[in-house]
Amino acid sequence: MKKIILELKTPFLISIVFLFICGLAYPLLITGVSQLVFPKQANGSLVIVNDEIVGSKLIGQKFTDPRFMKSRPSAVNYNTYTIEEKNEGLYSGVASGSTNFAATNPELEKRVEKDMAYFLKNNQSIKKSQIPADLLTASGSGLDPHISYESALVQLPEISEKSGLNQDELQKIVKKNTENKLIGIFGEKIVNVLGINIDIAKKINVVIDK
Amino acid sequence: MLQISLIIIVFLLLIIPTGNYLYHIATGQHTFADPFFDKIDKYIYKLSGIRKEDMSWKKYALSMLMTNAVMTMVGYFVLRIQSIPLLNPNGISSMESFLSFNTIISFITNTNLQHYSGESHLSYLGQIVVIIFMMFTSAATGFSVAMAFIRGLSGKVTSLGNFYVDLTRIITRVLLPFSIVGALLLVSQGVPQNFTQNMTIQTIEGTYQDIAMGPVASLEIIKHLGTNGGGFFGANSTTPFENPNIITNMIEILAMMLLPGSIVIAFGQMVNNRRKEKGKEKAPWVGRQARPLIIVMLSLFFIGLSVCLWAEKAGNPILESIGLNQNMGSMEGKENRFGIEQSALFTTVTTAFTTGSINNMHDTLTPIGGAVPLVNMMLNVVFGGKGVGLMNMVLYGILAVFICGLMIGRTPEYLGKKIEGREMKLTALGIIIHPLIILSFSALAVATSGGVEGITNPGFHGLTQVVYEFSSSAANNGSGFEGLADNTNFWNITTGLAMFFGRYLTIVIQLAIASSLMMKRQVNESIGTLKTDTGTFTVALFMVIMIIAALTFFPVVVLGPIAEQLTLWK
Repeated sequence: MKKIILELKTPFLISIVFLFICGLAYPLLITGVSQLVFPKQANGSLVIVNDEIVGSKLIGQKFTDPRFMKSRPSAVNYNTYTIEEKNEGLYSGVASGSTNFAATNPELEKRVEKDMAYFLKNNQSIKKSQIPADLLTASGSGLDPHISYESALVQLPEISEKSGLNQDELQKIVKKNTENKLIGIFGEKIVNVLGINIDIAKKINVVIDK
Repeated sequence: MLQISLIIIVFLLLIIPTGNYLYHIATGQHTFADPFFDKIDKYIYKLSGIRKEDMSWKKYALSMLMTNAVMTMVGYFVLRIQSIPLLNPNGISSMESFLSFNTIISFITNTNLQHYSGESHLSYLGQIVVIIFMMFTSAATGFSVAMAFIRGLSGKVTSLGNFYVDLTRIITRVLLPFSIVGALLLVSQGVPQNFTQNMTIQTIEGTYQDIAMGPVASLEIIKHLGTNGGGFFGANSTTPFENPNIITNMIEILAMMLLPGSIVIAFGQMVNNRRKEKGKEKAPWVGRQARPLIIVMLSLFFIGLSVCLWAEKAGNPILESIGLNQNMGSMEGKENRFGIEQSALFTTVTTAFTTGSINNMHDTLTPIGGAVPLVNMMLNVVFGGKGVGLMNMVLYGILAVFICGLMIGRTPEYLGKKIEGREMKLTALGIIIHPLIILSFSALAVATSGGVEGITNPGFHGLTQVVYEFSSSAANNGSGFEGLADNTNFWNITTGLAMFFGRYLTIVIQLAIASSLMMKRQVNESIGTLKTDTGTFTVALFMVIMIIAALTFFPVVVLGPIAEQLTLWK
């Protein structure tokens, strides 16, 4: 018995030593330095309008107002909810992910068809074949803050009509919120939906209902 | 295509100096940073009571197993009491016992299969003290074993080394410094690092949104560097807070490729060293003996990448048939900021280098696109995580030497050592364990109600979900076809066992082979020697891997992804 305990001494001590170094000292050090050097990023890149936090630059949101740009479908509804939805248990806490429908799953076909019909109903001037694929497919995280540049353009006629802003103004807003490929090579051309909608809200003076 | 090529070129440029550095660490040679790290290491040795004595392979394996056992118990204990109000601002409750069992096996074996969701099942205390801690130690354990293995093969030592010393040196000289730099880089790009409570904000439409917080960056970097793969959040590196933009995506891709690639270079230098002692020849960048291995690895990697890229770019014919334009490719389950190219690259890298993190949902890949990560994990030799792929590749090397030797009637030799009955038995065992675990557990799952209940997609895809889960477990990868409803007792226990056997049985066998070869007398190269650094051998090695893979996995791949793809094209 004594021998076994003696054999376990080093494994035990080395575990504790590394638990302190890797499990406590390291994350706390990184937190300390990050909070000093990159406080905005380390706290979630929050977006502030009129002294109120309205979201994070990096996390997508669900928008339903016809004057606003729409995001992609989300399996977790972007963790966005109303008080009623929370009370009814339709929102059960912060999550991330997708519905994981396989390419051959009939449920995927049904969901896309339904969303497509809804989109076409609300965007009368757009033909089926003009809808970019990303707008009707769900992202992996369910929190994708971006849509493709084409998906933004395809929504403009309708937003223009509903918000009263002319297409030129909207084009400018989209351009302002567009991220191009990094040095023209890496990544994709994408637009930030929350950024666009904040700019639209400012233009048409939507009062945030508190 | 250009962006992918550039990333691969950067990878190849990075692994040469890093491999050289690893070589110095593994052989205890002087490096520029020694004066600093020697002091730290001395202090750790003193605190833990480590004497720097050489170990036999049995002692080495036993020390590794005991240390892992202690860490498992400590980690399990923390998961069960993490509800305490220490670093737990979101009031997360303790994890239930079967899920804790699965989680702890998953992280100690470097698999990082997750049957829980980080947002709702782990407190910040659990995330740092269990998850980050194990991400360092399990990666270091894998690297230590790989170092001991290569030492055994290098033929110039009489001992495999000391496990505790290897573990310490890997953590303090490689993983920690690299992680500190990487974590800060990630924070600068927007990965959060705090201990504050999740936030509830009001949107400009007047609805509410919850935003998850936490010490994400410190976990994110070691998750990739250590080829761990377990995400801070449920959706892993698809989540914008784990992987906010294209720069972080490339950092993460390169971080997971770096060390598994470098260890092949270190291997080349370590086994090459023997010849260098005899004089003249300057050590080449890639050691002669490492060349066939790295060429085969790269070939398999490029084949997988091309297939995945092609399949995902082609899009989904079913969505096309209902009128959704597929010019962008198959975007279901993918993030716009990565697009098809960087998603396909991430998918191939994460399964080839057995990390298991994901930047798009593998369950929603097209059937053939999803077959690529599956086959990568079944092969488990395409670089592989933390030296494991290298060790598996060496087993295939031994097998190739044996088969070629039989064909031409020569005594098989590898790295100047005769391959005899004992090594061949162990090698055969080491190679067969992997398919055995995957296929028998999959058979069990589809034959029992507990297994079938987890399947969430109809048809052939359901079988792929099952096989993928066990391939991921046995290969210690940890990615998932996430649709599988896997937080049940059946799945927690079976995958727990698959991960455990997949990790430790293989490691013990590999150490035994290395030790057995180390003890043998060096045979001098003669005209009769089958050379293992030639183009012919490279082709032979490639073919042996293909034949073994086809013999073991082909039927199940036909029944799963291939059959599914055919229905898609109908």
